Amino acid sequence: MAEPLLKVDNLQAWYGESHILHGVGFEVGKGELVTLLGRNGAGKTTTLRSVMGIVEKRAGSVTFEGTETVGRPSDMIARLGIAYCPEERGIFSSLNVEENLLLPPVIRPGGLSLDEIYKLFPNLHERRKSQGTKLSGGEQQMLAIGRILRTGANLLMLDEPTEGLAPVIVQRIGEIIRQLKSRGFTILLVEQNFRFAAAVADRHYVMEDGHVVDVMTAADAAQNIGKLQAYLGV
Amino acid sequence: MFELIGVPPQALFGQLLLGLINGAFYAMLSLGLAVIFGMLNVINFTHGAQYMMGAFAAWLMLGLFDVPFWASLVLAPLIVGLFGVILEKLMLKRIYHLDHLYGFLLTFGLALMIEGLFQWKWGSSGAPYPNPIPGGTNLGFMFLPTYRGFVVIAALVVCLATWYGIERTKLGAYLRAATENPTLVRAFGINVPRLITLTYGLGVGLAALAGVLAAPIQQVSALMGTNLVLVVFAVVVIGGMGSIMGSIVTGFGLGLIEGLTKVFYPPASNTVIFVVMALVLLIKPAGLFGQTK
Repeated sequence: MAEPLLKVDNLQAWYGESHILHGVGFEVGKGELVTLLGRNGAGKTTTLRSVMGIVEKRAGSVTFEGTETVGRPSDMIARLGIAYCPEERGIFSSLNVEENLLLPPVIRPGGLSLDEIYKLFPNLHERRKSQGTKLSGGEQQMLAIGRILRTGANLLMLDEPTEGLAPVIVQRIGEIIRQLKSRGFTILLVEQNFRFAAAVADRHYVMEDGHVVDVMTAADAAQNIGKLQAYLGV
Repeated sequence: MFELIGVPPQALFGQLLLGLINGAFYAMLSLGLAVIFGMLNVINFTHGAQYMMGAFAAWLMLGLFDVPFWASLVLAPLIVGLFGVILEKLMLKRIYHLDHLYGFLLTFGLALMIEGLFQWKWGSSGAPYPNPIPGGTNLGFMFLPTYRGFVVIAALVVCLATWYGIERTKLGAYLRAATENPTLVRAFGINVPRLITLTYGLGVGLAALAGVLAAPIQQVSALMGTNLVLVVFAVVVIGGMGSIMGSIVTGFGLGLIEGLTKVFYPPASNTVIFVVMALVLLIKPAGLFGQTK
């Protein structure tokens, strides 16, 4: 594996009294595309939120480029170079498409320009003056992804980018994720759609009940479809 | 001279001008309240006291250091705004996660304390502030005092500049986005707690600016904001809680309605705004420009 960009060790997280993550550990190397797979409620989204520092309470260690992030507020974590695209997409209804795209501040050089983002998502250019939440589900997902490409962050965390979308849009998002990887972005992807994840990922971590229970490379996964299906309950 | 429904034009236009001036204050004050409510989710009952502090800051600076009105127009909002920033850092930020009622109680208690302190130190009879632009123009149908005309124009400029800042600039986009989803905005790398502090400082500064503008028209007194703030809350409710344009339009509009009521049925002039509030709440509970959440 390449030099780890993100290293998560014994990560614990709580929402109020509920203990959700019980010692999650995994690594993401520079330029890798790693997925967190698992059933609903396994703790995948909470893991991303914990890396981003937006859970009520977290403990353990999350280092990014060698810097410990546990104990830092989420705006400082974002400024280290981590960008987050939430499952609910988080498009702002009081902002138009272009304002949504321009909202996250550029934290370091190396991000895509607005023109490059529009080239990647031509629909967004056509609708740049529309209210963000008036877009279709697929367009909103593209906006949510496009929005974090400008900032210069080198780790993109995408939470279920294909959820609820038509197959043709899922395919388009797959192509875009591959393009982003080829441009050097490191991607941590949470997915329930294994067919989608298998087509793009280098490595998979399988989560159950707030733990990582298995890890397999893309090649391993291809040979152990039955095992994976058992994990995912499909 | 002609008459309009039995009312001489001097009386009509005189009251309309007065309505417009009152409306200018309603608009500036409700704008500050709307900005604060939108971002902090706190109903700032200290607003009237902060308006009074603006007027006092100008009056004290003039008396103690001979600071002219025009300098006070900039300095007083900065000083009182800074006081707001300290208030937010020390107290308000501890109650954001609690029910609205706690914010109301805290800011209401603070208003009583601040007004009490000023009353204890300077009494409640009020002190005059010299008019910085004396004189006026006879428009034929009415006499327009120059300073009052200036107040209306200044208030309009301030209101539109605030609207522009919030609706058309990058910082305004941060504010609007953080009003919707502060957690995500912070996860994008924006220091939301600092944004909240600055927003409160801005809202308080607007109240203080209104106070400085009011000083030459009214007596500078410890309780000058007490009654005004009640009307301003009605304006905010009618315009729609948190709506910027709603505050501006409703502020000026209600000032005019109040002025017209003074001409046609004076006994109702003190209650007309509350009657309008009741009607608007019956027909459009979120206010004229508000959005139901």
